[in-house]
Amino acid sequence: MTAPRTLYDKIWDDHVVHQAEDGTCLLYIDRHLVHEVTSPQAFEGLRMTGRKVRAPEKTIAVPDHNVPTTLDRAKGIENEESRIQVEALDKNARDFGVNYYPVSDIRQGIVHIVGPEQGWTLPGMTVVCGDSHTATHGAFGALAHGIGTSEVEHVLATQTLIQKKSKNMKVEITGSLRPGVTAKDITMAVIGATGTAGGTGYVIEYCGQAIRELSMEGRMTVCNMAIEGGARAGLIAPDEKTFAYCMGRPHAPKGAAWEAAVSYWKTLFTDEGAHFDKVVTLKGEDIAPLVTWGTSPEDVLPITATVPSPADFTGGKVEAVQRALDYMGLTPGQKLSDIAIDTVFIGSCTNGRIEDLRAAAEVVKGKKIKVKRAMVVPGSGLVRAQAEEEGLAQIFIDAGFEWRLAGCSMCLAMNPDQLAPGERCAATSNRNFEGRQGRGGRTHLVSPAMAAAAALTGHLTDVRELMAETV
Amino acid sequence: MDKFTTLTGIAAPMPLVNIDTDMIIPKQFLKTIQRSGLGKNLFDEMRYTQDGAEIADFVLNQPSYRQAQIIVAGDNFGCGSSREHAPWALLDFGIRCVISTSFADIFFNNCFKNGILPIVMPQEVVDVLMEDAKKGGNARMTVDLETQTVTTSDGQSFGFEVDAFRKHCLMNGLDDIGLTLEKAAAIDSFEARAKVARPWA
Repeated sequence: MTAPRTLYDKIWDDHVVHQAEDGTCLLYIDRHLVHEVTSPQAFEGLRMTGRKVRAPEKTIAVPDHNVPTTLDRAKGIENEESRIQVEALDKNARDFGVNYYPVSDIRQGIVHIVGPEQGWTLPGMTVVCGDSHTATHGAFGALAHGIGTSEVEHVLATQTLIQKKSKNMKVEITGSLRPGVTAKDITMAVIGATGTAGGTGYVIEYCGQAIRELSMEGRMTVCNMAIEGGARAGLIAPDEKTFAYCMGRPHAPKGAAWEAAVSYWKTLFTDEGAHFDKVVTLKGEDIAPLVTWGTSPEDVLPITATVPSPADFTGGKVEAVQRALDYMGLTPGQKLSDIAIDTVFIGSCTNGRIEDLRAAAEVVKGKKIKVKRAMVVPGSGLVRAQAEEEGLAQIFIDAGFEWRLAGCSMCLAMNPDQLAPGERCAATSNRNFEGRQGRGGRTHLVSPAMAAAAALTGHLTDVRELMAETV
Repeated sequence: MDKFTTLTGIAAPMPLVNIDTDMIIPKQFLKTIQRSGLGKNLFDEMRYTQDGAEIADFVLNQPSYRQAQIIVAGDNFGCGSSREHAPWALLDFGIRCVISTSFADIFFNNCFKNGILPIVMPQEVVDVLMEDAKKGGNARMTVDLETQTVTTSDGQSFGFEVDAFRKHCLMNGLDDIGLTLEKAAAIDSFEARAKVARPWA
């Protein structure tokens, strides 16, 4: 009888290639996702050493960060450096023979949306990418995390990573969410409770009724921001919803292989009595629609609250809060719902999936925006096509939103989608760092429904008030 | 990768907490396909005005700290994205060691791959080192990886922990990929086993 193990322990154990005496492991990687920003130096390293990609069939590349999302993007990328970076990925994918979705392919999109959509991401796998939001794939019960470019090169060459095991942390969300509260609010609530370094050194397993009740899209949103809490990865045990999502996807197993896979996936849960080094429990009923007011994802409060004062904090956070308030142009005591918004951005690997667009469209339907600009950037070409088929695109267009092509867009503003200095944005993305969406730009992180509400009123708004109007 | 054994140099104090990778190297500089040349844009938006003029009171613009090789930083340094451009920019500027109470996980890993030593110290030690760093360009801090100690300009010494394997790689400037490829047979046999156990993967 083996000791009870966590989900993380089980996936880890099944991927250890070699363990050194000091505990350093060589971990096998099942899926390696690649985008244009963090890979050129890695491919160049392979060329310089005459090395090959060990498992091109397990390597999946897609350009997303630099790609224009305007409808005329077929004419090419104007910015020379961005163009060179995307062209380098085209060439590297071709030269090294890895799976590739070029800009012209309808399946192109944000790497963390494309992976699950195409069935590359499956339960029990190890998934890495030179991108911190690789944590997203943990929603499938896959051990997924971001790596640096040197590690990208290491995985390309060896299909393994040198790793030390992290500690186990359990985040349980009990009960059910109230109306108007979403997966985004769960993940921001957790960061608010633990801080952006609260997860450092841990792999988080999210569990509890509120997590089980989420769709796969919602679970991806929760795991996506595990990294914002400092965790190496976030995990959710696979269940029938997971299997239903995976079934029939282009790269999911079929027939007898599917049956074998599901019977293995059903063993992927934390055993009764397994040890967690840290446990955090939140009540689903207590979570309100949240917004960030500062320049760190931990600077989060319910929409009904007011802007805090540096005096409410201690230690190094006092200076950081003063700096954040200056940067954000906010005054302590100001009601969060009074903050006027210039721009609304709906999209990103956090909230660019079909369910996110449905949630936003439900709020927007039949109304007009009151902000200067609002854009919806679907997470992939296929999400975009589905949203058009469901009539969501027309709802957004009628309301005054720009309906864009797929990419990372204004989440990190490497393409032309950027905020001007002082411009204030309600964004469904994952980081509100200084300058993240453009130098001097001011970001408030919110759920898709809350972003839609802000677009309609021109200020941060409790979406529950708009929902009450329609009932 | 350059070896790291001992380093005696100027330490720049950056007490701000949660210094993120977007601050260390903003995204407009991630479009490069090289590893070098990022030092001039290290901390770009804190260091320069919109039109490119230096912001005089930013620590690395002050005459005493322009040659800094060590940063003593507030908690959770390097949080945010996985961009290795952050350690590349630090290294290109000349920084070989960062000391803080904690680091974000991916940034911490990335440092070791580039010959930069990130050191975690308790708050009370970081407080002492921060004060020492504030003394400016005439003060020299010494970091000795062999003995795992940091010594202030006035001779106070503090021990630190470092993973034995990473220490070995840093001290010898070793390339991880070369080391892993020595285990190719183990990878082959793992793949053969996995093909039977989890053929869909």
